[in-house]
Amino acid sequence: MSVVTRTPAPLNRTRISLLQGKARYAPTLATVGLFLAMFAAGAVMYPGFLSGQVFLNLLVDNTFLIVLAVGMTFVILTGGIDLSVGSVVALSMMIAAALLQAGWNPIAVIALVLLTGATFGLLMGLVIQVFEIQPFIVTLAGLFLARGLCYVISVDSITVTDPFFTAMAQARIPLGGRMFISPGVVIALLVVTLAFYVLHQTRFGRTVYAIGGGESSALLMGLAVPRTKVLVYGISGLCSAVAGVLFSFYSLSGYSLAATGLELDAIAAVVVGGTLLTGGYGYVLGSLAGVLILGIVQTFISYEGTLSSWWTRIVIGALLLAFILLQKLFSRKVPVT
Amino acid sequence: MNALLKHRLTWPVLALVLLLLLNQVFRADFLSVRLQDGHLYGSLIDILRNGAPTILIALGMTLVIASRGIDLSVGAVAAIAGAVSCTYIYTSPDPSSLRTAAVAVALAVVAGLVLGLWNGFLVSVVGIQPIIATLVLMTAGRGLAQLVTDGQIISVSNDSYQSIGAGFVLGLPISILIAAAAFLAAGLLTRRTALGTLIEAVGINPVASRLAGLNARTITMAVYVFSGLCAAIAGLMISSNVTAADANNAGLYIEMDAILAVVIGGTSLAGGRYSLVGTLIGALIIQTLTTTVYTLGIPPEVTLVFKALVVIIVCLLQSSRARTLLKQRRRPVTATSDVKVAI
Repeated sequence: MSVVTRTPAPLNRTRISLLQGKARYAPTLATVGLFLAMFAAGAVMYPGFLSGQVFLNLLVDNTFLIVLAVGMTFVILTGGIDLSVGSVVALSMMIAAALLQAGWNPIAVIALVLLTGATFGLLMGLVIQVFEIQPFIVTLAGLFLARGLCYVISVDSITVTDPFFTAMAQARIPLGGRMFISPGVVIALLVVTLAFYVLHQTRFGRTVYAIGGGESSALLMGLAVPRTKVLVYGISGLCSAVAGVLFSFYSLSGYSLAATGLELDAIAAVVVGGTLLTGGYGYVLGSLAGVLILGIVQTFISYEGTLSSWWTRIVIGALLLAFILLQKLFSRKVPVT
Repeated sequence: MNALLKHRLTWPVLALVLLLLLNQVFRADFLSVRLQDGHLYGSLIDILRNGAPTILIALGMTLVIASRGIDLSVGAVAAIAGAVSCTYIYTSPDPSSLRTAAVAVALAVVAGLVLGLWNGFLVSVVGIQPIIATLVLMTAGRGLAQLVTDGQIISVSNDSYQSIGAGFVLGLPISILIAAAAFLAAGLLTRRTALGTLIEAVGINPVASRLAGLNARTITMAVYVFSGLCAAIAGLMISSNVTAADANNAGLYIEMDAILAVVIGGTSLAGGRYSLVGTLIGALIIQTLTTTVYTLGIPPEVTLVFKALVVIIVCLLQSSRARTLLKQRRRPVTATSDVKVAI
């Protein structure tokens, strides 16, 4: 047969990423540092900012975003993207509200919503994997489809009056010292913990990182690449459904236009949290910190009474850009000397 | 016949014709165009007029996608352009004069060019992935537009300004003429010169095209600037049509419509191949689809479901994997001898 000629890689062309070794924690640590700095700045600028409840409210008001960011972290770690999450949240809320109105048992409703979300995600994952279409366009179609299905269910807003949902909306878990959290926070933190365990302690988690690091290498190593790639979209869909249920607890209604643009917030939280958009590097705890930063931006703007609400979007855009540039700097490849 | 079937514009044109015929079945006067007060009226004219912003934005998007990029910020840029021009007219001492309208349009165009330059800078100089680079402006853009309008919906009354989106010249809506002019200009500029081929070369392999002596950076920058310009003009049309700037809702989801139009038109999302005529037909299909939903009496919001189904079907048809599967089923023996590069 033919002789394979191998050209040895010239030594000075071998490159390593700046993110190897301990340095891989750098983007996430930068996020946590920024959060602490912002909190400190708030404490200095506004009286009453430095309280446990202000911090806990960041969690209480953003439970759904935390769960969404967790799902998005899985997808982005593999180098993909999921634009459908906001619409799936709205769809979950609509399904829940419509079924509760029809008198279904709340537990059955929640189970069905979670199943729908996971199936929706898995189907998108299958299309992405089997037909080799870019995740961006498939999940964009998913965005349209889920949002359109919301309107098919109802064009008007549906109020949730189910006793279990209202109880969950009003329940407060006291933490002592007049501080409290909502049951949603407990669920969101459980999701984060579970995701942390899956990503760092299971074979599936290692495969997720391996795909992001290099898909063909992962395939050559014999890892279950196709299955994992489909599953991450299933996880993102499931997380979106959980977020939808949490959002229902928060808003007690279903509305077709709810959660518009939430996918942007989720992506921003993940990126600000230090996960590399090209995949392979990042931590779910970083994404949690990213959500807290988005939350604190909002808190700042509400404390600073003169600033209008649209500054939130501008600041989030600027933060997104800043962290992308930071990533660019960190993931720059340097020649080995 | 076979060559006709294989032509990449055959299916989009067929889809458009079928959609129009479907409308005709449900509404007998659908295809008729009548002359009234010297203006052309009719559903077909409405489709063209309402579709003009989408056509324009899809035009810019086509070139961006041909260079293997994507521009998610077009809706936000359209909102900013509308906000800038309406705010200028609103605050000017002479809000109804032609001169004010001209300055407002110029300001909006400059805003579009600057924002396009910003996107191009992030993609080509800083080297950020296009989806993410334009996501920044998509996120912040509507905030910027609200900053300009101070969170209000700015209503203006300026006849010259209103004519951009709602006026008629020689019986034809001005917005169609503007879109047609932009289409012709883009076609001549990219297909009568080497520019189109250069853009495709950058889309196929930016590094190789740079090594071949192309100024890939400038070309990338140029397509984003063009996209920004198109988005700004589309924003002018949208705001002048309703004589108001709505920072939140102007051009909402129009980036999705534009991408959809481009994909339906046969331009590959992987870059390196584009068809301006295809995009035009794609944009018309989208607009006709929206009109069809109205004609059939389905709640208009459900259009999104149809659009999603169209995207999925078109993408499946475009994917090489699906084509291979289809071919194997049809001709199991000669399947391997007939390997074509289908993207």
